Amino acid sequence: MINLTIDGKQVQVKENTTILEAARQNGIDIPTLCFLKGINMAGDCRMCIVEIEGRKGFATSCIQVAEEGMVVRTNSPEILEARKTILDLILSNHHIDCLTCVRGGNCELQQLAKKLNIREIEYEGEKLEHEIDDKSPAIVRDFNKCVLCRRCVATCKKVQNVGAIDCTSRGFTSTISTTYDCSLNDVDCTFCGQCIQSCPTGALREKEYINEVWDKINDGDSYVVVQTAPAVRVALGEEFGMKIGTNVKGKMVTALKQLGFDKVFDTNTGADFTIMEEANEFIERLTNGGVLPMITSCSPGWVRFAEKNYPELLDHLSTCKSPHQMFGAIVKSYFAKKYDIDPKKIVMVSVMPCIAKKYEASREEMEVDGLRDVDYVLTTRELARMIRQANIDFENLEDSNFDDPMGEATGAGAIFGTTGGVMEAALRTAADTLEGKDLKDIEYKEIRGEKGIKEATLNIAGKEVKIAVASSLANARKIMDKIKDGKCDYHFIEIMACPGGCVMGGGQPIKDSKTRATVDVRKLRANSLYSIDEKSVIRKSHENPALKQIYKEFFGKAGSHVAHKYLHTSYSKKEKYEI
Amino acid sequence: MEKVKTIEEIEEIRTKKRAELDLRVNLKANTVEKHILVCRGTGCTSSKSPKIIENFRKIIEEKGIKNVRVIQTGCFGLCAKGPIVIIRPEDVFYAHVKPEDCEEIINTHIVEGKLVERLLCKDIDGTLVKRLDELNFYKKQQRIALKNCGIIDPEVIDEYIAFDGYKALEKVLTSMTKEQVIEEISNSGLRGRGGAGFPTGKKWSFTAMANADQKYVVCNADEGDPGAFMDRSILEGDPHSVLEAMTIAGYAIGASQGYIYVRAEYPIAVQRLRVAIKQAREYGLLGDNILGTGFKFDIDIRLGAGAFVCGEETALLESIEGRRGQPRLKPPYPANSGLFGKPTLINNVETYANVTRIIINGANWYSSIGTETSKGTKVFALGGNVNNVGLVEVPMGTTLREIVFDIGGGIPNGRKFKAAQTGGPSGGCIPEEHLDTPIDYESLSKIGSMMGSGGLIVMDETKCMVDIARFYLDFTVSESCGKCTPCRIGTKRMLEILERMCEGKAKPGDIEKLEKLANSIKKSAVCGLGQTAPNPVLSTLKYFRNEYEEHVMNGKCPAGYCKALCNLKIQPDKCKGCGLCKRNCPVNAISGEVKQPHVIDTSKCIKCGTCVDKCPFKAIVRG
Repeated sequence: MINLTIDGKQVQVKENTTILEAARQNGIDIPTLCFLKGINMAGDCRMCIVEIEGRKGFATSCIQVAEEGMVVRTNSPEILEARKTILDLILSNHHIDCLTCVRGGNCELQQLAKKLNIREIEYEGEKLEHEIDDKSPAIVRDFNKCVLCRRCVATCKKVQNVGAIDCTSRGFTSTISTTYDCSLNDVDCTFCGQCIQSCPTGALREKEYINEVWDKINDGDSYVVVQTAPAVRVALGEEFGMKIGTNVKGKMVTALKQLGFDKVFDTNTGADFTIMEEANEFIERLTNGGVLPMITSCSPGWVRFAEKNYPELLDHLSTCKSPHQMFGAIVKSYFAKKYDIDPKKIVMVSVMPCIAKKYEASREEMEVDGLRDVDYVLTTRELARMIRQANIDFENLEDSNFDDPMGEATGAGAIFGTTGGVMEAALRTAADTLEGKDLKDIEYKEIRGEKGIKEATLNIAGKEVKIAVASSLANARKIMDKIKDGKCDYHFIEIMACPGGCVMGGGQPIKDSKTRATVDVRKLRANSLYSIDEKSVIRKSHENPALKQIYKEFFGKAGSHVAHKYLHTSYSKKEKYEI
Repeated sequence: MEKVKTIEEIEEIRTKKRAELDLRVNLKANTVEKHILVCRGTGCTSSKSPKIIENFRKIIEEKGIKNVRVIQTGCFGLCAKGPIVIIRPEDVFYAHVKPEDCEEIINTHIVEGKLVERLLCKDIDGTLVKRLDELNFYKKQQRIALKNCGIIDPEVIDEYIAFDGYKALEKVLTSMTKEQVIEEISNSGLRGRGGAGFPTGKKWSFTAMANADQKYVVCNADEGDPGAFMDRSILEGDPHSVLEAMTIAGYAIGASQGYIYVRAEYPIAVQRLRVAIKQAREYGLLGDNILGTGFKFDIDIRLGAGAFVCGEETALLESIEGRRGQPRLKPPYPANSGLFGKPTLINNVETYANVTRIIINGANWYSSIGTETSKGTKVFALGGNVNNVGLVEVPMGTTLREIVFDIGGGIPNGRKFKAAQTGGPSGGCIPEEHLDTPIDYESLSKIGSMMGSGGLIVMDETKCMVDIARFYLDFTVSESCGKCTPCRIGTKRMLEILERMCEGKAKPGDIEKLEKLANSIKKSAVCGLGQTAPNPVLSTLKYFRNEYEEHVMNGKCPAGYCKALCNLKIQPDKCKGCGLCKRNCPVNAISGEVKQPHVIDTSKCIKCGTCVDKCPFKAIVRG
């Protein structure tokens, strides 16, 4: 243990604790801006400077490790003044349009300005003007709001091992940019949106489709159907001040109905369809000598990553569409027919924890008979904005249920929202099918949890099945390189682009750096999903009664010709850079 | 070239070659041979010295002259007089030589044995100088780092060997332990010549103590201060001295690989280094089993792309590793975690250039030169408003006055001295009252400047100190890497305030704002570049605050330099109406009849100052 003094307080911390951590553990907060625990610890912004007795200049508390006997001051008049000057400088090159900024109220820069009591900008001067990049269907880059903290760069490089963005130019004109300053749309960006999660300001944000959705709801002619992904319900409440991971399914459904959607469906049912098709595809590949390992395909950021980086391995990807795309196709075919609605009038809106789903919905493959599977994708955050726009008192809403006939999903569908969940759901169905019985032992705990790559060897129907689960694209790359080198003996792999899976998707409520450093957000949200699963009466996709009915009436069986038409897709090589 | 396998073999080369080259350093050398030495440093090269060499060789061949060799050398130092040709053993020194002068030099000097008087150099006092060391410029100099510059052909390893080259390495490898080498360097008192003056021996010892399977020796040749060119001259004139020192360092710290990080803008230095490395490898002075001792060390070159910040040691390491050149936070220091995360010793070129002399002559000899805290000599690149622009090496403790007036020959055009800027963009401006400060690391920082890499720019009374501060800030702003907030935005805001001042648009309170921001950046920036960027402002504020006040309060530039703040005026009582100004004005802003006082139309005048320089009666003033 290390003993040191911070602001006159004697404290004891473990070895290798930074001064910032030591202070926070002892109730002293030091402001930060560029710091993102474990990801960006470069000491660039200089907000977290402190004084260490006997040392010249200021120390960087996010990096400087506490040493025995250190005497640290975090709030001397000189430090406070220096911090204020630093923030003043940042603000002097910032387009202060907080009132119309998407991050207004949830902006770390704004919080700092408040905390440091900035009343005017002392060092006014030239402000750089950047063009906004909104070419992609998913992410908008607005560098007029960038503070050069480089949290996005570190996230893209270290967490995702993609490296689509980095710092270019020098000095005052330094900019975060892409290869040849191209649009994110035209480079190796996968639209995972983790950069948005890392951004302290509004410099990176999702492309908003709120107005388009309002127009459709209000035009009196469209039949607007909404579906919500499993991870949305365990995060939406956070936008309204509720505890992290609170399951607000009932309130969410009520709110969606109040917003004016004609039908409110659960993507979890779509997930059940995905399992039916994917489990079937896996069994086919396993028993008929197909391409193995088979890799899940429900994470569109991952799919784009594979298409750009491993085009020669695309045969390994399951041909299944992702749950919301399947669900959209089912609504516009089976549902429209059954309820005699003109499918051309159906507008399918997906509320997703994901940024890449916006891109996925725009892929040319995602349509059947001229009908787009999904018309608009909103993030969890956009839904919250719509709820606020409509003056809905979210916290005090009554619960209601998803609409029939696709209302009740299974517990298997729910856990799709966390890393390991797709695999677990698929195994429940695949094992039952292969064993030919209703297995009781259905919790695959070895593939739950936070580890980036999880592996297990299972015995199913006397056959040894090797599986792996990876989340984050950096881990995906490790697995893919193994396959490429022929050193991979897995049969089935689940890959999700975002670290921790959809609960930590790019479209989820944004947590500030301090929350991320001190709270395990992933665990709280994931546990909430596992608890939904536990409480579910039906926990295996193939036992979903609505699903069984639809197979009976429409698809026949999993993997059928009709199922392929509506529920499967294909992949193709994508150029890394389109310059 | 055959490998030199033993100490005896290299000693044999040395003895033979030394006798051959005696005439280079011995006025009374007993020989019929003559060596025509032509400077092939960057400055003289750009003034056609390669053509001079070519012409000499052609003429000698055509005339069938025997016993005369034409040798290319590094810089002699007195760049203001270049291209320079020196003929030895008599040591006659010809200045401003043109390719077409070669014939006359051969005919008159070599054939007839007479001096070519018109090419001899005049000292500041007007006396005709025959020999280089007769010049005041050289009298107070002591050459250690530049010892071989201007004496040997840098592209011939044997010439280096002749003048004690690789003797220090021999000594180290055969008779000294690693600890003894480090102790010798420590005892010499040598401090880093790159800027901050960290004790070199300490650096060596920290790196030696670090445990690792691999260590590196790095030479920082990313010389970037405006006006500084001593490292370039050493690499151009004596590259082996750096290679040898790095090899010694490798032995002392336990490294087998060295890197020289040199800017690509120094093509001649890079080429000389390449030749030197190749020759040293061929001789086995780099590579495995050096001089049969079993010691292994090699050196590679890494080219920098011209970022000033890459002279900062950690940014330099980032750049070698192939990343964006921006500083790392310290600690960890390179001695523990440097290149590729391995313990790394980084010294600059001039520091290494002292090492071999210390090993050969001993720490006591070295530490007898200089001041209490700063030992040895320092090379300065003397520039600006001074007569003898060039490279000077003086013992630490020499005063600024001696450098500017005795060595530099004072200020041209009869103007007055105003300030000397040392330390480049990290340094400060020193006013006349501190001219008698003996220069060392401490005294310079005490008066608000710093040693830096040794740029020394002299400014006369016509220079505006606010504009000088603006100039240096402009440099820093374009060279900031953009990593930390204070440097990225803070220096830009300082520059904007300074620009306002120079344009007459300053607001009350701007001086205080500038000062506050400068002090804040000094303490909060990440690396040396940012931390020292405010120095030019702070030092000029300290010594020339009234000039700032005049700019801000009264909208005036006392030096008459800032165009927006002054007008040119012809004093009618002094004007004789000669019309010279009128004829030379590029925008026809001057009118007047012959023998009548002339007048400047300020609405047309662009304040270029041509008329001021042309007026023989000093009738035109700025104000």
